[in-house]
This record gives sequence, structure tokens and C-alpha cells, in this order.
Amino acid sequence: MKKSKIFIVIFCVLFLAAGLYGCATGAGKAFETKESQVKLRSIQTRAFDTTDKKKMMQTVISTMQDLDFVIDKADILLGSVTGSKFLGNAVVSMTVVVRPRGDKQLLVRANAQYGITSIEDPATYQDFFVALEKALFLTAQQVD
Amino acid sequence: MKKRPRYLKLFIIGFLCLVLVGCASIPKGFLKPTEGYLETRELQMRQYDTTDEKQIITSVAGVLQDLEFTLDASETELGLVSASKKADAVSKGQVAGAVLLDILCGSHNTAYCDKSQVVKASVVVKPSLDGKKMVVRVTFQRIVWNMSNQVSRVETIKDPEIYKKFYDSLSKAIFLEAQKI
Repeated sequence: MKKSKIFIVIFCVLFLAAGLYGCATGAGKAFETKESQVKLRSIQTRAFDTTDKKKMMQTVISTMQDLDFVIDKADILLGSVTGSKFLGNAVVSMTVVVRPRGDKQLLVRANAQYGITSIEDPATYQDFFVALEKALFLTAQQVD
Repeated sequence: MKKRPRYLKLFIIGFLCLVLVGCASIPKGFLKPTEGYLETRELQMRQYDTTDEKQIITSVAGVLQDLEFTLDASETELGLVSASKKADAVSKGQVAGAVLLDILCGSHNTAYCDKSQVVKASVVVKPSLDGKKMVVRVTFQRIVWNMSNQVSRVETIKDPEIYKKFYDSLSKAIFLEAQKI
């Protein structure tokens, strides 16, 4: 009677272990974000009172270069600039997208990743926008 | 009665350790300009007395080819050209030292010697603020692999010699382009 109980317990533990092991590789993990979509947008986005997209993109590029990024790609139609830098042994990659907002403003959105972790810390993005503001001589406005 | 506080202490220390480990993962403030960023800018930038953006950017592409880089991406409207190059990273001195150490200590240092590297270059050409000159800024990065094919080092290149060599070649290339060679 005791032996059969032990077997059942071992079986259950093995079954659980196998079940958990099977779970481990879900693609869903790559699509998870800690912050809500709205909050993430407000952390990563600022509006500027200018409509010169090309100049804005050039300033984004030079600001990123000042921050030690090497620019990998850019596209004027999409308004995107992608770059990467090294921090110790980790790679920081960042994409900045510039797009019009109404007739008088441009929206700038930055996305940064540290190694395999997405940056969702408001202060880090704020640092970037402060540097961009200085280069532009314009004020970054929070977007609701 | 005496045992309890001891467990509590251990628990608190353990908990603190976990919290500290949790903190260490993402450093803060890495999107802030560092103190030496103006010097770095000076190192990476040159001005050319011309307003011909097209001439400069074709010369840049030419120089990258002269230095045996492969062009990866470009956006000519923004004056951007990015390129990369795979190269040998074996240093005879390092290998000799490692072999000697291996023989003397029976270790496996040769496996950690540098073997190959990828150098990434990104060049941005744009008009200066007064619009009378063209400003060129190049940045270099490299990733080094060791003999066991592991990434052993990643770094932004800040060696003035390398930037000087690039700009010497660029000045020559601009001259050659002007002469249509």
C-alpha cells in the first residue's frame, strides 16, 4: 500500500516537471510589457513645436552620436533612426521615430533596449529628451 | 526565545541580497551625455569647405570601400552611410603569452585569445549651422570574438589614430573625386 503511494507521488512530480518544462518556450513572453500601452507611449513620446522633419532627424542623429550610439539605419519616410551602443558587456539599442502631429508639431518617440530588457523607466527617456531639447533649442512637451 | 532573532537576521540579510541583485540589472542614466562628450565630438568630426553634399557622401562611400568595408545601409537624404567589416584580431604577443602560460600552468588560456572582430562604422554628413561648410562625423564600434567563438569584448573605438587615418583617406578621396579619378 505504501509503495504504490510513493509511485503515485513520483509520477505526479515527474508529470508536473514535464508539464512545466513544456511551458518554458512560449513566444508570448516576447510580447509582454510591464507598463500599459498608454503609459508607455507617454513615457516614450514628446511633442516639439517645429515641422522641419529633416532637421529634427538630423538633430536626433547627432544627439544619439553624442550619447555614444553608432547609427545603424535611418529612413526619412518613416522618420526612423536606429542605433546601438555598448554599456559594459551589454548592447543598448534604440529606435527613435519622428512623425508629424497636426500642422504645427512633430512627435518624437524613443524606444530603448538594454540587452534583452526593454527600458520602461521614465527617467531614462527623460534624460534623452533633455539632451535632444538642448540640441534643438526647443522645449519638449509631454503628450497626454 | 534566543533562536528566533537569529533566523530573522538571516532572513533579512537574504532578502536584502535579493533586492540588491534585483537592482543591479539595468543601470540608470545611460542616455545622459557623459562628461567627455565634447572631446569625443571633436575627435569624430571634421569640416570641409564645400557645400556639395553629394560629393562628400560619395567620397565617404568610396573611402569605406577603400578601407574594405561593406556598405550595410544608407539614407542619403540624411547623409547617413553605415558599413561594417570583418577582420582578423589575432595578436601574436597575446597568443605567445597564452601558449607560455598553458605550458607552465597547464591552463587553457589560448582558448580565450582574440580571434576575429567586426568593426562597424557609421558616417553622417550634414551642412554646418551657417550652411557654408559640410560637417562629417564618423563613429566606430567593434565586437571581438575569442578562439572559442565567444564574444570577448565590445567597445566604442576612441583611438585618435584610427579617426585620423579615416579622415586622411577621406581628404584624399575628396581630391580624387574632384579630379574624377
